[in-house]
Amino acid sequence: MPINSRAVLAAGVMLIVSATTVLAQRPAAPLPKPDTPPPVPPILQNYKPVTAERLKQPEDSDWLMYRRTYDSWGYSPLSQITRENAARLKLVWTLQTGQVEGHQAPPMVNNGVMFVATPGNQVLAIDAKAGNLLWRFKRPMPEDILLLHPTSRGVGLLGDKVYFAAADAVLVALDAKTGNEVWNAKIEDYTKGYYMSLAPLVADGKVMVGVSGGELGVRGFVTAFDAETGKPAWKAYAVPAPGEPGSETWPPGDQWKTGGASVWITGAYDPETNLTFWGTGNGGPWMGDQRPGDNLYTSSTIAIDAATGKIKGHFQYHPNDSWDWDEVNPPILVDYQRGGRTVKGLVYVARDGYLWLLERTADRINFIDGKPFVKQNVFKSLDPKTGRPEIDPDRKPGTGKKAEFCPSLWGGKDWPPVAYSPKTRLLYIPANENLCQGFAGEPATYTPGQLYQGVNAASRTFSVVPGADHIGELQAWNLDTGQKVWTHPFANSPLWGPVLATAGDVVFAGGTNDRYFRAFDAANGEVLWEFRTSSGVTGVPSSFQIDGKQYIAVLSGWGVDAARMQARLNVAKTWEYPDVPQGGSVWVFALD
Amino acid sequence: MVRRAALKLGLGLALAPRLALAQTEPARERPKEGDFLVPVSGSGAEPIKPDDLPRDGRQTFAWPMDPSTKTVRDGSRLNKVLLLRLDAESFDPETKERAAEGVVAYSAICPHTGCDVTNWHPDRQLLECPCHYSMYDPKDGAKVVSGPSPRRLPALPLKLADEQLVVAKPFIGRPGFQQM
Repeated sequence: MPINSRAVLAAGVMLIVSATTVLAQRPAAPLPKPDTPPPVPPILQNYKPVTAERLKQPEDSDWLMYRRTYDSWGYSPLSQITRENAARLKLVWTLQTGQVEGHQAPPMVNNGVMFVATPGNQVLAIDAKAGNLLWRFKRPMPEDILLLHPTSRGVGLLGDKVYFAAADAVLVALDAKTGNEVWNAKIEDYTKGYYMSLAPLVADGKVMVGVSGGELGVRGFVTAFDAETGKPAWKAYAVPAPGEPGSETWPPGDQWKTGGASVWITGAYDPETNLTFWGTGNGGPWMGDQRPGDNLYTSSTIAIDAATGKIKGHFQYHPNDSWDWDEVNPPILVDYQRGGRTVKGLVYVARDGYLWLLERTADRINFIDGKPFVKQNVFKSLDPKTGRPEIDPDRKPGTGKKAEFCPSLWGGKDWPPVAYSPKTRLLYIPANENLCQGFAGEPATYTPGQLYQGVNAASRTFSVVPGADHIGELQAWNLDTGQKVWTHPFANSPLWGPVLATAGDVVFAGGTNDRYFRAFDAANGEVLWEFRTSSGVTGVPSSFQIDGKQYIAVLSGWGVDAARMQARLNVAKTWEYPDVPQGGSVWVFALD
Repeated sequence: MVRRAALKLGLGLALAPRLALAQTEPARERPKEGDFLVPVSGSGAEPIKPDDLPRDGRQTFAWPMDPSTKTVRDGSRLNKVLLLRLDAESFDPETKERAAEGVVAYSAICPHTGCDVTNWHPDRQLLECPCHYSMYDPKDGAKVVSGPSPRRLPALPLKLADEQLVVAKPFIGRPGFQQM
């Protein structure tokens, strides 16, 4: 029977009229004034201020910064979840973030209050036990922004403030109890290609951030602000101006102004020397022959005095980068045995495919050892004293010169952080093996706010080593012997999973294209438990404890470079690497 | 109902200064019917004619220009358009309708993460974003051929006036990338 649309319309009108009548008969509820703030929930009324001491020595139950501790270990001393019981892990709650693209932040937890940063300039405060959303901060994104990497890797905490590095290069301080903005500071001009994606580092009473934009002709820097007032403290450029130390490694002219060396991962901090350690990105444009010289401090670790912003030491992993190998993670601060002595160490797992063992002092960084952790055909050798690599010229792309090289531009390990367990004394590396790349350069012209890369698009190749039976690898290395102890390979996926180590001798990571989040035996890499989330897991896992119960938390939300590598693999090996669905969510697990 | 109205009013008030600002800045306004197109780079601001564009060649970047005030609308990068002169017989019907003398115009901004779409594959006659390699077919409404882009490039219909290329209608679709 055909539906009479007029009759339906009449019925609808009657319904509306009757509903309006009912509404009209009710006594009008008093409306809150538009500027009346909502009541602060008890959990936030009792918010526990984050002190400088707590940042230095956090309670076992908390996760107060990007890698939980200043040494960047990514280690939780909680031990309720063990290799014996990890198989009993169950989902406690999950929550949609309402955003797509790469969800890479750790769920940070202070005394039961969880903070999650997401793409789309958003910060969520959540009751970590119950999963209730407490507040949502959202900063409007400029419509004309060019955002190559739409992600956020977390917030910083101090006192009752939450610090967020907004994508449009503005540092925002929020009130932890309300999510209201307390102050903000413009870091740079987003229309010139500067943007931000890192979690701020809070140390020495300051909040520090770096800038992304290495493909857009930025001049990288780290800058610090007074954490309370937002007053600028210092700015340390990662590309020196003429006359400054390191400027002799750049060609004459203005290239230093657009030289790259972006800083897009939270630094580590050594309270003993008050030094912060930051990684820097590739030089710009991509081809090294367009900027002759070593190009300090691209693809380096730099040690910056937290008090003054002075660069006190550096180590460049490879000079004159031509491979897009950003070396942006900070090294982890860990002491290890070498040649019968204890080395006050820095350990760095590089995109260039080498595991670097360094030494930290108050005023310099020394080379100790370096070795490849994946197939690497670019370095012929390392200078035994300085660690400077001898580059195979046939493996170095140039302007009008194509070169094939391994690992790919995404490196042996990209941005996902390693973890270190002081119990096993093993370093856990999310690696990608068997991938190679090729491209040739072309002349690049700088236009503010536009891609400044100089890569010949038609020359690009991306390949899997013939006969390779896997790509992703979770590796474990003993720092005292310098030997790899175990490898867990992933047959059909790269690994884009940041790693969490725990005192229960369980290691956690997602990062595969099958959307699983997994628990591994810290001693041998065997999978103890796995859970399939709604999207791929590229978030930094964290662990916290409430009312005596240990929880594991992670963001799921595929995107950015994990998605791009997947797309390239799907071209290289047609249909074997299908699209991974996007959409962000928080996942919290505990023993039943 | 009252609350919603109040909310709308509040929203309107909040947006008002920004709108007012946009209205006082013709250089930021999106291309309008009758606008000329002038090259982004190169000398002068002479309106582009079809013969100025290479046949079957790579894209030329242009800004809309108000014909009466000569205001170049370069105040927002979202106004940047790319022009291509191709064989009109190869166009799908909609593209043909929007083209003038074989010239098609699209937003130059990739709807994925906002890069300028600068690459051109002459052999396949496809546009490509250099950032994440989304490819678009300009002969078929700039539909996405491959890559991560969620949607096609917004088209800018053209017509001819005194041999010069002129905007016939505003952008079909919103330029820029999706932000939630």
